[in-house]
Amino acid sequence: MRKAKASPSHPLDALVRTERVPHIWCPGCGIGTAFSACLTALHSSGLDLDKTVMVSGIGCSGRAAGYTRLDSYHTTHGRAVPFATGMKLAKPELHVIVFSGDGDLFAIGGNHIIHAARRNIDLTVLCVNNLNYGMTGGQVAATTPTLAKTTTTPRGNPERPFNLPLLVYAAGATYVARWTILHTRDLTQSIQEAFQHKGFAFIEVLAPCPTGYGRRNKERPLDTLKLYQDRTLIKNGANPAEAFLDFERGIVLGKFVEEQRPTCIEMYDRTCRLPDSAAG
Amino acid sequence: MTGDVACAEGALAAGCRFFAGYPITPATEIAEHMSDRLPDVGGTYIQMEDEIAAMAAVLGASCAGVKSMTATSGPGFSLMMENIGLGICTETPCVIANVQRAGPSTGLPTLGAQGDMMQARWGSHGHYEIIALAPASPQDIFYQTIRAFNLSEKYRVPVLIMTDEVVGHLSERVVIPEASAIRTISRRRPKGRKDRFQPFCPGPDGVAPMASAGDGYRIHVTGLTHDQRGYPVMTPECHAEMVARLTGKIRRNLGDIIETESYRLDDADVAIISYGVSSRSSMAAVDEARQQGIKAGLLRLITVWPFAEEAVADLSRRVRALCTVEINLGQIHLEVERCAKGRVPCHLVGHAGGSVIAPESIVQAIKDVL
Repeated sequence: MRKAKASPSHPLDALVRTERVPHIWCPGCGIGTAFSACLTALHSSGLDLDKTVMVSGIGCSGRAAGYTRLDSYHTTHGRAVPFATGMKLAKPELHVIVFSGDGDLFAIGGNHIIHAARRNIDLTVLCVNNLNYGMTGGQVAATTPTLAKTTTTPRGNPERPFNLPLLVYAAGATYVARWTILHTRDLTQSIQEAFQHKGFAFIEVLAPCPTGYGRRNKERPLDTLKLYQDRTLIKNGANPAEAFLDFERGIVLGKFVEEQRPTCIEMYDRTCRLPDSAAG
Repeated sequence: MTGDVACAEGALAAGCRFFAGYPITPATEIAEHMSDRLPDVGGTYIQMEDEIAAMAAVLGASCAGVKSMTATSGPGFSLMMENIGLGICTETPCVIANVQRAGPSTGLPTLGAQGDMMQARWGSHGHYEIIALAPASPQDIFYQTIRAFNLSEKYRVPVLIMTDEVVGHLSERVVIPEASAIRTISRRRPKGRKDRFQPFCPGPDGVAPMASAGDGYRIHVTGLTHDQRGYPVMTPECHAEMVARLTGKIRRNLGDIIETESYRLDDADVAIISYGVSSRSSMAAVDEARQQGIKAGLLRLITVWPFAEEAVADLSRRVRALCTVEINLGQIHLEVERCAKGRVPCHLVGHAGGSVIAPESIVQAIKDVL
């Protein structure tokens, strides 16, 4: 372990590349809160931080890796999960966290996340869901609510969004949770659980994007947080099928799934390696 | 054994311990052989959901410190291009075998071609240098795969093995030497204080030592334009410096990277330039032409990229004509023309793909040239 720098100004400074501040995230953006929940969870997790890696894809949330003082890899759009899969398989002692956004993980990267869940590869995937493509200025995403306005749905979104917890659960994820950035303590605790979980752990974090999404849908930053307060219901153990995002009828939060199933690496070792061939 | 299996055996001999694959004719046998062999040598095989994922997984595994490769053919090679670019930009060693089949698009899946040679050079976006090798037989593919790993580790660059369906499926005797007789190179590792390490600060050879994930250096690696700390810097100046570093480490070491083979060139009036399976047709054509009293010779390109500019320019001063033989409608031919600078006529013997080039058609072309 490296020695902490002299008199850090914030308890999490040792985990932040402070020389890279200021960050690129807009005022009112929710990614910073999700990011600090992740760092707080890392800080108190007891994980060997020299063996902990953050992998990101492309987009606003994808910039998280660059601000984290861990081995951190900012990869191509949509490919954080397969990159992390290769890394974990090649060096199973690593703890690999994927921190990225809804567009990166579920649109361009959608094929990869379902297969990673199916394999139950031991990754922690944190998905900041801000309902749109923020980095490029607010385009429709696979998570944008029906009828919502974006720069590419100026007359309203004609499509139906994904239910992310249901999708990853159906694909085989063994830990599935959803929180908002207003539920910071629950989120932080959930991330810690996900770190300890053996297998594919997925947490959706709802986060406001006032610049890209909010201003086109008459939602000021505080309005979004008010929605997170008034229109959410914590229901641990809820069937992920109930988790469809519908801000009119209410949003279900909580830890939906926590199951044990042999991981991808355990199954490979058991199935493919001869008992005496564990050469390393 | 077949060329595909020899490729897999060469990879294992070179120290490859991770393979991420996706089935595609005519490269599937490489993945099949690796899936069977890797777990017994402490390695890992995974079949990914597509070639994009395979290439991403290879980079992730290499960043974890393990020699890694994948194998594919045209359609999969196209899908890998973006992540090959990430490998170039992040200087991540890895090997990609492209067992070429005839394109464009799905083309002729079971029939060979050499139509991806320019894609190998420029297929990922932006300006860069790449290393590509073109083996001509199963024995050659065994050695060139080892060499691909060595060059990749030494220069921290993805290396392409540009073979083809004919060599991949050809069955010939392959001698695999004792492990002690095989020279392997591994990437240089950093030394010194971990908190002062700059992951993209090159050594005297132009190549930076590489820390693996989990080594405790806490590095940042990005496909964005970055400085020597690995941090994004969005300026033309930093971009120029980074691209100069990425290209310079190859351009300054051409003598080490470029390998060619000369056959009966000393007194040649006409020189054939060829590679891969076409170089075998060309060698037969040289012998036949010589029997007919024509002084022909062959320059076989073992390294295709970076291009053997000096060797071709030198030939263009010594012979009366150059003749490029390749299974496409003129790709390396364009490079030959560029290097000959109009000193001698440059001819192409090629077709769109699906069969090898018959030696007779090369002999006829030589006669037409002289």
